[in-house]
Amino acid sequence: MSTNPQNLPRLLESCRDVEHVSYMLRKIQELNLSRRVRLMEVCGGHTAAIYRYALHDILPDEIELISGPGCPVCVTPMEYVDHAMALAALPHVAVATFGDLVRVPGGGGSLADARANGADVRVVYSCADAVEMAAQNPSQLVVFLGIGFETTACTIAAALENAIERDIRNFNVLSALKTMPQALNVLLSAPDVGVDGLILPGHVTTITGLGCFEFIARDLGIPCVVSGFEPLDLMRSIYALSKQLVEERSDVENEYGRVARAEGNLAAQGAIERMFVPVKTGWRGLGKIENSGLDLRPEFAEWNAARIPVHVPRSHEPRGCRCGEILRGQLHPEECPLMGKRCTPETPVGACMVSSEGACAAAYQYGSYYADYE
Amino acid sequence: MQITNNHHILLAHGAGGTAMRKMIEEVIVAPLGNDTLNKLGDGARLTLPGQSLVFTTDSFVVQPPIFPGGDLGKLSVCGTINDLAVMGAQPKFLSLSLILEEGLPLELLRRLVHSVAETAQAAGVQIVTGDTKVVPHGQCDQIYVNTSGIGAYPMGHGLCADAIVPGDALLVSGPIGDHAIAVLISRSDMPFETQVQSDCAPLGEMIGSVLKQHATVKWMRDPTRGGLAAALSELASGLSFGLLVEEPMIPVHASVKTVCELLGYDPVHLACEGRVLMVVEESGAEETLDTLRAHPLGRGAECIGRVTEEGAGIVRVLTESGGVRRLHRPAGELLPRIC
Repeated sequence: MSTNPQNLPRLLESCRDVEHVSYMLRKIQELNLSRRVRLMEVCGGHTAAIYRYALHDILPDEIELISGPGCPVCVTPMEYVDHAMALAALPHVAVATFGDLVRVPGGGGSLADARANGADVRVVYSCADAVEMAAQNPSQLVVFLGIGFETTACTIAAALENAIERDIRNFNVLSALKTMPQALNVLLSAPDVGVDGLILPGHVTTITGLGCFEFIARDLGIPCVVSGFEPLDLMRSIYALSKQLVEERSDVENEYGRVARAEGNLAAQGAIERMFVPVKTGWRGLGKIENSGLDLRPEFAEWNAARIPVHVPRSHEPRGCRCGEILRGQLHPEECPLMGKRCTPETPVGACMVSSEGACAAAYQYGSYYADYE
Repeated sequence: MQITNNHHILLAHGAGGTAMRKMIEEVIVAPLGNDTLNKLGDGARLTLPGQSLVFTTDSFVVQPPIFPGGDLGKLSVCGTINDLAVMGAQPKFLSLSLILEEGLPLELLRRLVHSVAETAQAAGVQIVTGDTKVVPHGQCDQIYVNTSGIGAYPMGHGLCADAIVPGDALLVSGPIGDHAIAVLISRSDMPFETQVQSDCAPLGEMIGSVLKQHATVKWMRDPTRGGLAAALSELASGLSFGLLVEEPMIPVHASVKTVCELLGYDPVHLACEGRVLMVVEESGAEETLDTLRAHPLGRGAECIGRVTEEGAGIVRVLTESGGVRRLHRPAGELLPRIC
């Protein structure tokens, strides 16, 4: 791939420009919201951008932004890390993973600890890299840790399909892939959830299309706007949600039309369907949810690392960790007593402090809680 | 439950962030400490009868050893020269120690040493002592280099961090992050092609000309590991004032920005090897910028912010969208073996 250095920064600059952002701020203020509203940004990418561009500092007091369950590393339960650690401990197994997961604490330490103790844990940028790793090291079993939502699931599906076509049998996937609509249903159907509007994940929607989120606006009466990830996207989405609230309607609107289409990405949806089946899966903070996970289809069992017999010790969420409440939008990271004290990105207690998309990591990196070594 | 690893060195302990700082202070400085070491400057200022010296040392493990815009040899000389120069010293003498892996192609060693010689000569320093060790295959990765350096203090006007006051300007001598991105992209597992060249360069001459002409420079640091963010945090942590940086003023090459967008890096966290961050008295800022810009290595110099009365000990950044937030050192392992 060759990057064109000219165009991307120019586009991004206009999406971050203070004039454009201020214009949307004035439009939001002119709506004269009569009460304080709580808007949930579902996606961890949104959370990171909100903190990165200090939108909390810019927005009027009536708008409260709360983070949702859309950070893949954060919602991955501890037992998955423990399972990955057990696999990494096997001889001839190399675990390939996205970088963030390496530092997530399981019951017996993290994959970074396992690596420091000699386990073969490699950080890759895509699942396709892990397939190549397997192709080049036939004596090793390469286990790719498949976490993420629909956005990642389709890339893993494509890489897996490629491995199967090439008959690369020393490539396995340990899947904890998740799908968003069922989790949002559970989250938003709970009593006194207190969410007035949803900023829907732009990249998940790019894959799934808008249809799977219609029930939220129709049945739960919560306004939804699909948003991009730049400050201007977010300001426009917050304006659109506020406008729906003022007009007392709830629809699914698409602010991210430059990328997300109503029908989604049909090729990506096809790849996911060919390789995976919906299963019940565990979410940190939300518990086990029917049909909210994706596992390899039974006919591809040979590529499923879950078939490998290992002992996964039972572990419990660390004492005092409130990631669950943070992922349900019930607690701001700033309100967690461990924030910046016992829990920092270098000594994370919970997963929300690990991932760059985690609400706690964003609040820490860009907020006033940094326990700088002074 | 084991929350973090207190028993082994992790890659994060070398990344230029909080973990590294903590490890250095607790494990290394605590048992060795003295007034000079405790300052944890880029070098140590030593006074002998009739002469002030600055002494520093640095090790280099960059991977790959040859990257766009430089190589391990050039980097090993520049890194130590720059540490001396930002301490306000004229770099004079360097040592060169090599740890070589059995099987290292002699051709690569020749090339790197040639590069050491070329860079040292251009910068007017001499390599006056050295050492080599060879370890069995697999016990190091090709070649590791250590250089130590001695510089004569001061070159031109001296520095005085104690004189920093609100209103002072923060200058950076050129676009940031080039070195980190050049090294990252040259790693074989990166599926990008860019034109980014490392900014790796010896800064002694440019810094010397600034210090000879301007008495208004109070503090300097070269933003290597941990990038501009680490250098600014380090500066702020020792002040009873704050720092306010204007994000749109920070110079970053368009291609570096693009790669950062794709990989999720913030340019302020990326290592430079040929840039300097300066605190300059408000009245002298424009003239100092002119001097920097007149030098080939300082053409892209900009004023990126100032020292403020409010926010003692912290760095705040005014983002391009108009919000203000904190700026911190990067946490964890960003890019191992960047220098």
